[in-house]
Amino acid sequence: MIIIVNGSETHVVDGTGISDLIESLKLNPERLAVELNKRIIRRANWDSTSFSEGDRVEIVQFVGGGAGSQ
Amino acid sequence: MTDALIIADRQFSSRLILGSGKYPSLELMAKSLEASGTEMVTVAVRRVNLTDRSKESLLDYVDTKRYHILPNTAGCYSAEEAIRTAMLAREVLDNNWIKLEVIGDENTLFPDNQGLLEATAALVKEGFVVLPYLNDDLIVARRLIDAGASAVMPLAAPIGSGLGIQNFTNLRILREKISEVPLIVDAGVGTASDATLAMELGVDGILMNTGIAGARDPIAMAEAMNHAVKAGRLAFKAGRIQRKLYASASSPVEGLVS
Repeated sequence: MIIIVNGSETHVVDGTGISDLIESLKLNPERLAVELNKRIIRRANWDSTSFSEGDRVEIVQFVGGGAGSQ
Repeated sequence: MTDALIIADRQFSSRLILGSGKYPSLELMAKSLEASGTEMVTVAVRRVNLTDRSKESLLDYVDTKRYHILPNTAGCYSAEEAIRTAMLAREVLDNNWIKLEVIGDENTLFPDNQGLLEATAALVKEGFVVLPYLNDDLIVARRLIDAGASAVMPLAAPIGSGLGIQNFTNLRILREKISEVPLIVDAGVGTASDATLAMELGVDGILMNTGIAGARDPIAMAEAMNHAVKAGRLAFKAGRIQRKLYASASSPVEGLVS
């Protein structure tokens, strides 16, 4: 199925969950926050949350910044 | 800790807060943070880049045991966006502090007061420690404090402009009228003397980024800012002399050789 991850269409197998996605993207799970369809999914629930067709996922991290955006 | 800066439940011995953007490299940023003596670093929240994974992670260069992380809502143009960004930021390191920006204009990066008040009230209700970036407006500052802000952070000049302190009168008024929460100058400082002048006005701290990151030698400028903030604070506490129009000798007249 197709889900939208950070604005890009991404193919994942049925049953894929947040933890699976983060692992497959080789991201450090300790430094991320995840939103699914504009709702924050807390870390403790990543294992138990799996995607449905067309879900919109945002994975964010901290980057350098002071004020405003460049 | 003597003369600590206290915000919400935290004490900081440094009155300098640094941004982490615009540095030529993360390594240079890390060394600048160290040279500045800061204990609090602001960071932005952005999408992980899934196509270009070559970029290093900021947190590899910022020791979160040494520096308190202050995520920001930079780039948000509505209360809704800012609240969403703050909620995401809280999840990253389980930290409820937020430097709240709700920008109203792209060119000046001046804040949107209405959005700022709305987001402050909502985030305080959600349990955040909210540090809003605002214009040098006493009435807005008071409303933000009433809404539960843990500090107020007026600009001294537009973000990233390096113009120095352009609003001495308003900052002085803010200093006289605001005692409930720390007053922190956020934006406008271009060089060390700007930081000292702001601190001499009695503000409780300064947040800066471009003034250091954009300097030819960021590490040296960070060290300069470290001293400048301390010097300004000490001078403020020491109490300056009155200005007089005419000379006033400081050596005795008595005993002059004649």
